[in-house]
This record gives sequence, C-alpha cells and structure tokens, in this order.
Amino acid sequence: MKIGEKFKKAFFTENPVTGLLLGLCPTLAVTSTAENGIGMGLATTFVLVGSNVVVSILKNVIPSRVRIPAFIVIIATFVTIVDMGLQATMFELHKTLGLFIPLIVVNCIILGRAEAFASKNTVWDSFVDGISMGLGFTFTLFILGSIREILGSGAILGYNFLPETSPTILVFVLAPGAFITLGFMLVGMNKINKVLQGSKS
Amino acid sequence: MEVNRLLIMDSSPQGRVTESTTKIMYTVCITLIPALAVSAWMFGWDALRVIALTAIFTVGIEALISRIAPYKINFMDGSSLLTGILLAMNVPSNAPWWMLLIGSLVAVILGKQVFGGLGQNIFNPALVARVFLLISFPVAMTSWPLPGMAVDAATGATPLGILKTEGVGALANTSLADLAIGQVGGSLGEISALALLIGALYLLYKRYITWEIPILFIAVVFVFTGIFYLIDPNQYASPVFHILTGGVFLGAFFMATDMVTSPLTFKGRVIFGIGCGLFTAIIRLFGSYPEGVSFAILLMNGVVPLLDKYFPDKKFGMVKNG
Repeated sequence: MKIGEKFKKAFFTENPVTGLLLGLCPTLAVTSTAENGIGMGLATTFVLVGSNVVVSILKNVIPSRVRIPAFIVIIATFVTIVDMGLQATMFELHKTLGLFIPLIVVNCIILGRAEAFASKNTVWDSFVDGISMGLGFTFTLFILGSIREILGSGAILGYNFLPETSPTILVFVLAPGAFITLGFMLVGMNKINKVLQGSKS
Repeated sequence: MEVNRLLIMDSSPQGRVTESTTKIMYTVCITLIPALAVSAWMFGWDALRVIALTAIFTVGIEALISRIAPYKINFMDGSSLLTGILLAMNVPSNAPWWMLLIGSLVAVILGKQVFGGLGQNIFNPALVARVFLLISFPVAMTSWPLPGMAVDAATGATPLGILKTEGVGALANTSLADLAIGQVGGSLGEISALALLIGALYLLYKRYITWEIPILFIAVVFVFTGIFYLIDPNQYASPVFHILTGGVFLGAFFMATDMVTSPLTFKGRVIFGIGCGLFTAIIRLFGSYPEGVSFAILLMNGVVPLLDKYFPDKKFGMVKNG
C-alpha cells in the first residue's frame, strides 16, 4: 500500500476517532486545550508505533490462543515507558494528562491495530500503520482541543487572544462541550469523507 | 434528499383532532402574555428587549436552517417563537444580545434541529439553551436585576440563590405575597407565579396540557421540601416558599408539559411529574446549584422514551397475560 494512501485513510476515512469511533474516552477527557490534545496524541502514537512493531516481529512466536494477554503486556511496556518519560521530561503535561496516560493501555485503537493489522503484516507496514494511525489520532485531538480552547477559554495553544475580562463559553471546557464538539466534528468528517469517496469512484 | 420518517401508530381507538400544531403553539404563546406583562411591568423596557430579541433570533435562525435542512421546516409554525419566548423567560432581563444569540442558536440547532426538527427532539429546546447558558456564563446568568427599580438599578441574587448561600435567616424580609406577585429578583418568567397560573389555567381548560405533570410536579416539591421544613425549620425554607420561587410554576406548566418531550401515556406522565418534582427538590436542598427545575425537567426528558415503552396505556380489549 502506498504511504500517501495510508495517511489519507488514517486522517480521514479510517480516522481512529471520527471514522472508527475508537479511543473516545481519552479523546473526550483530555482535549480541553489544543496542547493537551497534542500531548495525548503523541503519547498514544509512540505506544502505537512501538507495540505495532514489536507485535509484528513476534507475530509468529505468540500462540494465537493467548495473543490478547501477550499484546497487552507489550502495550503496557510502552505505556510505562511513556509514563515515566513524560514524568521525567514534561512534568506539567504529565500532571494535566494524569490518569489518562496509564489508561492508554486500554485504548481500543492500540489493541485494535495490533490485532487487526500488526499481527498479520510485515514489520515495515506495521510501523507505517502505527505512525499514520497515531498521527491521525493526534490530528483529530488537536482539532478537537483547538475548537474547545478557542470557544471555551478564548485562547489558541495557550495564547489568549481575548482581553482578560471578556466572557467565554465555559461549557466547551467542561465535559458537555467535548461531546457537543465531537458530535459536530463527526458531522463535518462524514461530509468530507463523502466528498473524498465520491471523487474516487 | 428525502429523510424517511416512520409514522408511529398506536392501536385503536384513535381520535381525530381538529387542532393544528400551529394553532396550539400560538395559543401557548398567548397564554404566556400575562406573565410577560408582569415581567415587562417589573423590569421595564429591558424585558421587552430580551423577549423581542430572542423571538427574532429563534425564528430567524430556524428560517435560515429551513433553507439547508434536508427535510421540510415550517419556521412560522409557532414552535420556534414559543422556544424563543420560553428562553427569554429563563434569562435575566439585562442579558446582553450576544448571550441571547448564543442561547437561540443552541435552542434551535442543538435543542431541536440536530434531532430532525419539531417532534423529534428529546429535550426541551428552551431548557437546553438555558442550561447551556447557565454553565457557560455562570456570573451573567446568576446576577439578576431587581424588579420595580429605576434603570441601572442594583442586581442581586434570586431568593433561592440567597437561600443557598446565606441560609434561611437572610430571607426573613421576603414575604410570600411578594413571591406570588413578582416583587423579587429573578429571570423574566420566574418572578410571578400568579400570572403564570392564569395562562396555565386556560391551557388546562383547552386541554392542551393535562393536569398530571404540573400538579404532581408542584405537589412533590411541596411535600419533599415540607418534610425537611418540619424536621428543621431553621435550616430549610418553607414548602410554600419553594413552590413560589424559581421556575417551578413556569417549568411545571409550560416546559415539563411540552407535547414533544413529555410521555404519551397517563402512567408515564404521573411518573414524569413525580420525577421532575423529586429531582427539583433534591437539587435545591442538596445540590450545588440553587435552582433545579431545568435540570430536573431535562433529566426526566431523557427517560421519556423508556416511560412510553414500559408504561403503555391499557389496550382496548387486551387480555392480561394474553
């Protein structure tokens, strides 16, 4: 498969969040700002690439009956690396993301890609799959976080463009805002996907 | 593009009504006039400004949507006008125009049209907008101009707000008669229980609304808060105070009874009314918000499909265990 095609799929038609609706828990929980969205997305990308590659290398060694526990152990290893790495280098981000970093272990995207792709494909293909899917996930989280940050706190990537006292639509920082924004994003992405698929046929 | 709608039919007997949605909607709007008149008298031009703006915004937004929606929308059927008026009655009279615009956008788009328009919405559009505004602009939505004063008069908390922050003692000066007529701070529609009742009685007489929801709603609030008043009158306000303040009358008669978002069956409506009252009282007494009517109605709106399913009307000629 061409790499370009792969990325188009990961960003739009088979985007983990807006296409497959996977990993919604961290998506909704940590995207109150664009920065958190990028942080969460990149952490997940790292785990995804690592687990995809290792699962692909070991795919002939792992007995199929115990493959899920084996995948989880591999994923948990990379999550632990990310968790400790972030704590050591970006303590503030680690504090905001909090519990959601350990919870990357149970993110459906990662197990889903290990099961559906990495365990059947070559190491290089799995690596590309991990990168594209991870960046697609990061891209969606960044957009979601940006919309919520602009509407909810009047800022872009932490930079306030509104005067201090002006009111913002607080609900977008809170949980209901995440659901509302994601809902409208899904509408938009379905529309985009329809156009993309229409141009192909 | 044509959206397929399934016509949901219950078993016979089925009645024919001559009344159209449009007529009902405009009638409800008219029955709100006494309450609007009181608020206009209390808050002056500001009240009329808020009502006019929300009415124009909601109808205008719906008119714009009707151009792009894949299904037919009759934006002059009165439902969006009613939503606008109800929204106006839920905000303070000094609400800035952009807040009313956001509220109208939320009510029409998020409250109604995303579900597929009138008749498909799960939640009461005006309440969705109110809660959205309350969560988004907590300061602007809780500093109420006090009525009966000059323009630019002081703003203050509602009686319920005072109750929540300062306790029962601070309310010694508020008489119950003031609450009934409307001499208290509050949103446009929550200040006069009496004026709302006049409109509601006409709706009951025309049988546009049924008695179960509003009566049980108010009764449950009365009984629940009454029990706590009997336990400790120094800590809990009297039940009469509770039913006369806040949005209980507006909510019970005009918002909980919305035909689209209330149960179809008698048993369903009984449970709906009790649930609304119970949640209102619980939120007021133990919640962090002073007022719980809007949250209570929205919560119960959410279970209406279940109520319709599990408490059906007894079918004509149905055999038990049949």
